[in-house]
Amino acid sequence: MNQAILSEDIRKSFGEVKALQGVSLDVGRGEIFGLIGPDGAGKTTLFRIITTLMLPDAGRMTVLGLDAVSGYKTLRRKIGYMPGRFSLYQDLSVEENLHFYATVFGTTVRENYDLIADIYSHIEPFKKRLAGQLSGGMKQKLALSCALIHKPELLVLDEPTTGVDAVSRKEFWEMLKKLQQKGITILVSTPYMDEATLCDRVALIQGGRILDVDTPRRITEKFPHRIFQVRSDEMFRLITDLRDFKKAGSVFAFGQYVHFTGLDDEVECVELDNYLDKLNHTNVLVEEIAPGIEDVFIHLMKVS
Amino acid sequence: MEENIISVRNLVRKFGSFTANDNLSFDVRKGEIFGFLGANGAGKTTAVRILCGLSKPTSGEVKIAGFDIYRETEKIKRNIGYMSQRFSLYEDLTVAENIQLYGGIYGLPNRLIREKQAELLNRLGMTDVRNKLIAGLPLGWKQKLAFSVAILHDPKIVFLDEPTGGVDPIARRQFWEMIYETASGGTTIFVTTHYMDEAEYCDRISIMSEGKIVALDTPAALKRIYQAPSVEEVFVKIARPSKSLL
Amino acid sequence: MKRFIGFVKKEFLHIFRDYLTMIILFGIPAVLVLLFGFVISTELKDARVAFLDLSNDGTTHRISEKICSSGFFKRGASLDSFDDIESALRSGKARAVVVFGNDFERNLIREGRATLSVITDGSEPNVATQTTTFISAIVAGFNADLAGSDSPGTLLVQPEVRMFYNPLMKSQFMFVPGLITMIMIMICALMTSITLTREKEFGTMEALLASPLKPVQIILGKVVPYFFLSLIDAILILLLSWWVFGLTVKGSLILLLAEVMLYILMSLSLGILISSKAKNMQQAIFGTLVGGMLPTVLLSGFIVPIDSMPEIYQWISAVLPPRYFVVILKNIMIKGTGFLFIWKETLILLLFTTGFIALSLRSFKTRLQ
Repeated sequence: MNQAILSEDIRKSFGEVKALQGVSLDVGRGEIFGLIGPDGAGKTTLFRIITTLMLPDAGRMTVLGLDAVSGYKTLRRKIGYMPGRFSLYQDLSVEENLHFYATVFGTTVRENYDLIADIYSHIEPFKKRLAGQLSGGMKQKLALSCALIHKPELLVLDEPTTGVDAVSRKEFWEMLKKLQQKGITILVSTPYMDEATLCDRVALIQGGRILDVDTPRRITEKFPHRIFQVRSDEMFRLITDLRDFKKAGSVFAFGQYVHFTGLDDEVECVELDNYLDKLNHTNVLVEEIAPGIEDVFIHLMKVS
Repeated sequence: MEENIISVRNLVRKFGSFTANDNLSFDVRKGEIFGFLGANGAGKTTAVRILCGLSKPTSGEVKIAGFDIYRETEKIKRNIGYMSQRFSLYEDLTVAENIQLYGGIYGLPNRLIREKQAELLNRLGMTDVRNKLIAGLPLGWKQKLAFSVAILHDPKIVFLDEPTGGVDPIARRQFWEMIYETASGGTTIFVTTHYMDEAEYCDRISIMSEGKIVALDTPAALKRIYQAPSVEEVFVKIARPSKSLL
Repeated sequence: MKRFIGFVKKEFLHIFRDYLTMIILFGIPAVLVLLFGFVISTELKDARVAFLDLSNDGTTHRISEKICSSGFFKRGASLDSFDDIESALRSGKARAVVVFGNDFERNLIREGRATLSVITDGSEPNVATQTTTFISAIVAGFNADLAGSDSPGTLLVQPEVRMFYNPLMKSQFMFVPGLITMIMIMICALMTSITLTREKEFGTMEALLASPLKPVQIILGKVVPYFFLSLIDAILILLLSWWVFGLTVKGSLILLLAEVMLYILMSLSLGILISSKAKNMQQAIFGTLVGGMLPTVLLSGFIVPIDSMPEIYQWISAVLPPRYFVVILKNIMIKGTGFLFIWKETLILLLFTTGFIALSLRSFKTRLQ
């Protein structure tokens, strides 16, 4: 059994809402696997089924070689789970939180300190401070330490970087890489498309369905169209004008630029340039670029 | 000549011995999308509260839409709109009730509220869900509605607090198109956020750290200066040295 | 077991760190005991006594003068007929009415004895008891004076005491059992339901469930600290009422504490049941107030005696566990009866407790809903 997680056609509904509509994917041992999708895509529900907190309506979920439904008692010892809201006790200190989670898992902080040393050393100077008074980045590190304290084989992190500033996010991903080297399989979800490139493989999820599973690189390589980034001084007019262009396929704002794909791949930069010049746009810039994960995501959303 | 809708000179705000805003000076032009960035605790919230007329500076000169921050807060409040992703609409009221409520709060005549409501619902394609509770709507719809409600009274400036966190990429783009459209009509958009990818959409951004503005320029210029591929990297480069352990 | 102890330790940290919890646990009970206790006045000073003097002779004047000059009483109105007695007491113009019958002096001389009646306001039993005791003492003093004088034989004035409004002289300390009943349900049910829903609301329940902790351990870990704190609270209330108001427990203290523990268990299981149904703290608080506190205060016989309630309320009251606990407490504390008199009520509490525990175990799952 080489897979850490094997999900076969998992379905789950809450009343009328179909949270998961047949999710199949596999996560290899030792991988950093990213589940990428917006709020409400079904990420948390899938994670709760993997961590044995929820029963699927249909389908089979195998985690670390055990069935997630019948083997839940063993699995709860082997999985480290960090829920979306960090699940720290705000009125307990940093130290108390860590010790509490250690006792709950029948271990001690000292026993597994080497595993968390890297992460915990960032917050150890504040170990007497109440968790409620920590910054977002520090809470995140403490929550990660708590999820790791029992030396799990599989680490499941639900949106660990949401609401955390850019610097802490970067540090967090560096920590995950180090944990991976220690042999821990890491499953992480995120609404940030740009974090996809930091994973070994990713699954794009939307509306309870998996749009694609692959390495970040192959996912962008599979993008079927040529893509241009365009800018001018008037953003809103640029978008509407490009949409009116007779060969326009999809036109979306991407930060300071507009990403344009043609109806066919015959469109050239010059053509767009001339078209915009004629409409009196100033400071026009058109260049062909390689698609990013977000371009692919939008494309897959429109196709499905 | 470009008109400055927000003008801040030597703004200082202290809480006891702690200086939350340390001598801020910047201008925001009419019709501009201005990004106001910073890590948690950098002093963003304090500054925005002052700009909205909710609190007074310790010293310094601030003019919002031509009104003085010390004496004309009521006029300022009438000329600004505010939207936050977390708490802008009442979840337990319907779409129509929310629109009417905000129209009423800003003292619009009933006839005008009815007109604007019809026009707004039509534009957003939400006429069919007008009597549905906000709680049942997709996040993307809520955001668009929240923004439309925030500009219902035709404010000169709209303050947006982390407006697009968590929505799907298409909904996010549709939302920014609304913002571009509003800005092209002359309304100034003031975005506070710590999501750096939202910053990429702004005309100009300022980055705050420890109460000071440490960078202010277009995203493209900042990326060039700091030789970074994204605003996120720019932010990391600016903020990391001063962060030490926190 | 180490897991469980770690969990209980954490609960104690939560409790001791939150000053609001500490106030609810120890401040409110103390304040309530003192408040209830002092509202019921116990001091007799310058109480007004009205007189209905039908003989209007020298002896009656001497007795009434003696009463009024004693320092405890002040002369109130002079009444004209028996019909005025009730209104004098009801309006509060008099704490007591002393009635001399016709021919008081003649009876005393002719028959060697005469009877005066003391009618007191029983709605404040303590004052009423003292009033009658003092008046009796004053009359006894008058008798001694008579015996010492040159009057023939031993003449006797006999006081005859009657109580209005509360003829059975129920003790004013009735409030203590009611208070314990109310406070226990408040602390146990309210606090446990709040702390369990708080874990749900802050997302920590998710992490607990994803750990090897069993749901039973989570529930017990929440319950154990509150069990002990509530017990301490009950003892505190008893001590305070004894210390400040001189209330003593007439029956067995051990039986009393055992019953208190049973009631605490019942309240705790009610709290768990509420929290297993509530989605957030707001619902939990509302649920305990409506489901626990209000009925306890209004229908358990604490404020309004159950016998004087409309029949429908008596029926509702019958399904409220606090009602039975009030009966148990009154029996042990005030009447001093033993277990034989309260086994029925104890059994009912036991049934409620097992029922609540069974129901909450069924709804508290090993997984999220």
